[in-house]
Amino acid sequence: MSDNPSSSEEEHEGPVAPRRVVGTPPPSPPLLSGSAEVVAEEPVEGRLPAVPEDVARADKAERLIAAIFVLAFLAGCGFVAAYVGLEVHSVNAVFRSNLALGLSLSVVLLALGAGSLLWVRHLMPDVETEEERHDLRSSAKERAAFQEYAVEGGRASQVGKRKLARRTLMLATAPLAVAPVVLLRDLGPLPGTSLRHTVWSPGRRLLVYGTNTPLSPAMFNEPGSMITIVPDGYTDNQDELAKAAVILIKFEPGQLDHFPERRNGSTLLGTVNWTVDNIVAYSKICTHVGCPVALYEQTTHHILCPCHQSTFDATKGAEVIFGPAARPLPQLPLTTDSEGYLVAKSDFQEPVGPSFWERG
Amino acid sequence: MSWIIARRRRPAAGYAALLLGLVVVAALYAAITGSGGASASQNQAGQGTAEGRALFVQNCSSCHGLDAQGTSQAPSLIGAGAAAVDFQMSTGRMPAKEPGAENPRKPVTFSQAEIYAIAQFIASLGGGPGIPSADMVSPNGADTALGSQLFSANCAQCHGFAGAGGALTYGKFAPPLTQATAAQIYEAMLTGPEAMPVFGDGVLSPQAKRDIIAYITQTRTETNPGGLSLGRTGPVTEGLVIWLGGLGFLVLIAMWLTAKRRHSGNSEGTEQS
Amino acid sequence: MSTTAPEVPDAVSGLGGWLDDRFHGARGFRTFLKKVFPDHWSFMLGEIALWSFVILLLTGTFLALFFVPSMSDVTYHGSYTKLNGIQMSQAYQSTLRISFDIRGGLLIRQIHHWAADLFMVAIMAHMIRVFFTGAYRKPREVNWLIGIVLFTLGMLEGLFGYSLPDDQLSGAGLRILEGVVQGIPIVGTYGAYFLFGGPFPGNSIVPRMYILHVLLIPGIILALITAHLFIMVHQKHTQMPGLGNTENNVRGQPFFPYFIAKGQAWFFFIFGALVVLATFAEINPVWLYGPYTPVAISSASQPDFYMGILEGSLRVFPAWEWNFLGHTVTFSVLIPALVPIGLVFTGAALWPFFEQWATGDKAWHNINDRPRNAPIRTATGIAAIVFYGVLWAEGANDVIADKLQVPLYTITWIARVMVFVGPAVSFWLTRRICLGLQRKDTMELAHGYESGIIRQLPNGAFIEVHQPLSDSARAVASARKEVPVLPSAGSVDVNGVRAPAGAGLLGRARSAANSAFTETVAPVETNGHGSGSGSNGHAAVGSGTEELPQGSDSH
Repeated sequence: MSDNPSSSEEEHEGPVAPRRVVGTPPPSPPLLSGSAEVVAEEPVEGRLPAVPEDVARADKAERLIAAIFVLAFLAGCGFVAAYVGLEVHSVNAVFRSNLALGLSLSVVLLALGAGSLLWVRHLMPDVETEEERHDLRSSAKERAAFQEYAVEGGRASQVGKRKLARRTLMLATAPLAVAPVVLLRDLGPLPGTSLRHTVWSPGRRLLVYGTNTPLSPAMFNEPGSMITIVPDGYTDNQDELAKAAVILIKFEPGQLDHFPERRNGSTLLGTVNWTVDNIVAYSKICTHVGCPVALYEQTTHHILCPCHQSTFDATKGAEVIFGPAARPLPQLPLTTDSEGYLVAKSDFQEPVGPSFWERG
Repeated sequence: MSWIIARRRRPAAGYAALLLGLVVVAALYAAITGSGGASASQNQAGQGTAEGRALFVQNCSSCHGLDAQGTSQAPSLIGAGAAAVDFQMSTGRMPAKEPGAENPRKPVTFSQAEIYAIAQFIASLGGGPGIPSADMVSPNGADTALGSQLFSANCAQCHGFAGAGGALTYGKFAPPLTQATAAQIYEAMLTGPEAMPVFGDGVLSPQAKRDIIAYITQTRTETNPGGLSLGRTGPVTEGLVIWLGGLGFLVLIAMWLTAKRRHSGNSEGTEQS
Repeated sequence: MSTTAPEVPDAVSGLGGWLDDRFHGARGFRTFLKKVFPDHWSFMLGEIALWSFVILLLTGTFLALFFVPSMSDVTYHGSYTKLNGIQMSQAYQSTLRISFDIRGGLLIRQIHHWAADLFMVAIMAHMIRVFFTGAYRKPREVNWLIGIVLFTLGMLEGLFGYSLPDDQLSGAGLRILEGVVQGIPIVGTYGAYFLFGGPFPGNSIVPRMYILHVLLIPGIILALITAHLFIMVHQKHTQMPGLGNTENNVRGQPFFPYFIAKGQAWFFFIFGALVVLATFAEINPVWLYGPYTPVAISSASQPDFYMGILEGSLRVFPAWEWNFLGHTVTFSVLIPALVPIGLVFTGAALWPFFEQWATGDKAWHNINDRPRNAPIRTATGIAAIVFYGVLWAEGANDVIADKLQVPLYTITWIARVMVFVGPAVSFWLTRRICLGLQRKDTMELAHGYESGIIRQLPNGAFIEVHQPLSDSARAVASARKEVPVLPSAGSVDVNGVRAPAGAGLLGRARSAANSAFTETVAPVETNGHGSGSGSNGHAAVGSGTEELPQGSDSH
């Protein structure tokens, strides 16, 4: 596939054939020298040579190879020593141990590699042998013989003749073939309607994720605020959090003036009436493929999902303004309870997260 | 014939020329896009609101208005608070060099005393979040586990899982958290500079903020036990390393392994790959 | 260079005899030991994958002794004190334990992950080499298909492997997988619930991925690699065009001792390179990502590079969803997840057969093509690589936006355009470059190569001396087979019989493909001036003649 770069280093009197760079073919015959180009060794018909051509050079190479192997040995001992001597159990200790073990092991392996490579190249005699490729295709006779026997055997098996037996055999094995598929039914429960609902329900408190503290509008009163919210009672339940996580945003008065009302038929899906004190709650599960849609830019009031850059406008009911998400983020209806904390007015009015066939 | 001319046909000459070209271009680029300094400040030692006002009028009022009421160029600072002033000015973001997508961190040309003076002045105008004390940002006794949870859920999506920074829209970016002081991190959370949301004390208590700061400062000074960190941006740099470093190195070894051997006694050794 | 037969030591004759008495191997084994393997550096790329797989098995076994494939929650109190008190799965905790409490654990973990990356890199590089040299042609089509299956299995194996620790980054990837499966029409929700054993994330996915990752898929990969190697040994490796290389021979060095020794050296270098990476380059620092929670995400969330094309496809696509009759189909999820990668893999799988159909070439091919000599193949390959590469790069768009300070949406818009324009332009450009290189070969065969020596002729003109190619270079440059031109669709022969390629849409398509494949530069003719472009002023030294320049342009 590559051209044949070559470096010819010769010094002659007179104009010198310049050293060629990669991409130009090798010269032949060279301009002013009389020596012939190296010809690949003729295929050896009998034996592999016992010794390389330049034994003195091989002796020198052996000394280098030996030194490399001794280095490998020492590094190997170092590896064992590092394993025995160096403790772990803290970040810095692991760093030291990793470095020592890794460095010694690298030296062992690379030295073995280099030594082996030099061995092949300098200790072994250089040969180039040739082997014949045999036709992969069998002779016509062999093919005929095979086909003949295959047909004979098929005939002897009576599979062709005995239609009833054959067909009932297929009938008998059919359920067996289907059985593995059937056995997989209990891999999981049927989804039912579980994708349509989350645990948010009327009166369920909004808690700050991590601290699990409830939130009142007075505590969340600075415009431009954003926080991650989880439902009270389910703060450790990953399965429910994967649908119920909420992003809460506080706006300045007036910023929600153009909040659209969204409907699906007669069902109200989003409205400014579900906000409390310019605080809006959206599902944090992206409607594209389900990553938490978490980047909130205060200045543009855009919510950006870092996975595939779906972007939603938080002042416009989280409508999609860029990216592959096809639907706005569902809005969680908010109100306050008797103690003044933010609670859900009801569950989301549409399924959260990625779309699915039965979604509607 | 000069030394360079005599060697112009060597194979290395091409690479040397390329390297020289790259260095020249890099130098030109650096010179052109060099970080500009903020306008020089008047070195007036001052204390108190009056001094702050004078500094403000001199350095900030052209954009923010003589009474910090805001202009078309810059928002009002009434109610912004001392914390916002300290953050913006101690990171060098303010005075802004040019109105652009983002005000990046740049060298600070005011002394801390001057910054405090201006902060006090702004605080006197309309209150607002105050500068945190050393105790409020100290990592002693902080809960880094909770800090990691809060950081993951509210900060990592912009700043990266280890605070290495990240891209926002329209040319904005969330900066890396490697240089910010503990106080600056606190102030940023409290005041929500530029595109960053506000994390008031009602939603993330001062204790929670302290936990987050402890997490950030511990993470950024933490040794990388596995070697060099490759930027702490995840698999993208890992992929680059394995293709360029891993495959590149191995291809060179393969070329060595399969090279035809030189035969001594022939003046023309050929190495064919 | 013949030598006398060496003395056979007792050990060899003794052990060999014992085995032969039971297994009858002497002749077959000797044939195998003498098998000739051709030497070219690009032939070693597949072996990188082989040795990486061996290393994966070794390091993976070590890790499996310590890893706990369970999603049950525990509260962490361990060596990584920053996370003390956090709830995490046992899978994550055991990964932290391997990294921080087992000596050599982090090293082995990193070797394992780097080896997985290198395995995929090697497969891709090897596949590209095989494609561009046409080594998938008859009789090696089955091996090509096995290779594509290995590629797919490798991707799956890697996906499951890096998802086992249940960290924030890989968990986000699983979330995306669940979202994609959920979106499949009719069966999607059932598929997602069956895969995860219930709602996401559930408790089942890690143990299920575990058994796939340590038993099922490695078993299939091992079997396929064995088949792949056996087929390659049985059919003998291809070789590069060169002096003395024919369709009916293999030139190189024998398996024993040369190829074994080189293989051994290669293994150590590969292992060594991986250990160097594992020592100095941190990979998959799960302690920094934190345990998975569906509530959090990081910027720069990418999968390992070999999944990059899928990630980029999802990012590049604009919003598109259909709602009808109470059902929803999200094309902006389904198309990116299935179409680009489906195109690439299906195209690759079908290519050998398409090429055979278009060229009518049913001969055996044991000599590799130089890419320039197959312009349509090379151009298609480059176009496919550009297509793959644009989507792969788009998968990293937020990292590119951050590091190179390009606005985020701009990158996506560029990718949306380049995914179509890039392959088209690169196809056209590559084909032109191939034809140009063919022309260069023709010129060099006819006139020799430019030696860089300037000579002044007696009449004062300057010419550049051309030297004829060496025999080996000549053999390489002239190794080009003409693709036979098929009779065009609808044509008739002298007896009025229709061409079998025939009429109809398929026949016309075949003619069109055939004419594209057969467009090449005319090969050099024996008189040395096949290009017929008129004499140019140059001299060929060594041929014994010196031509005086006809015109003023000399080279």
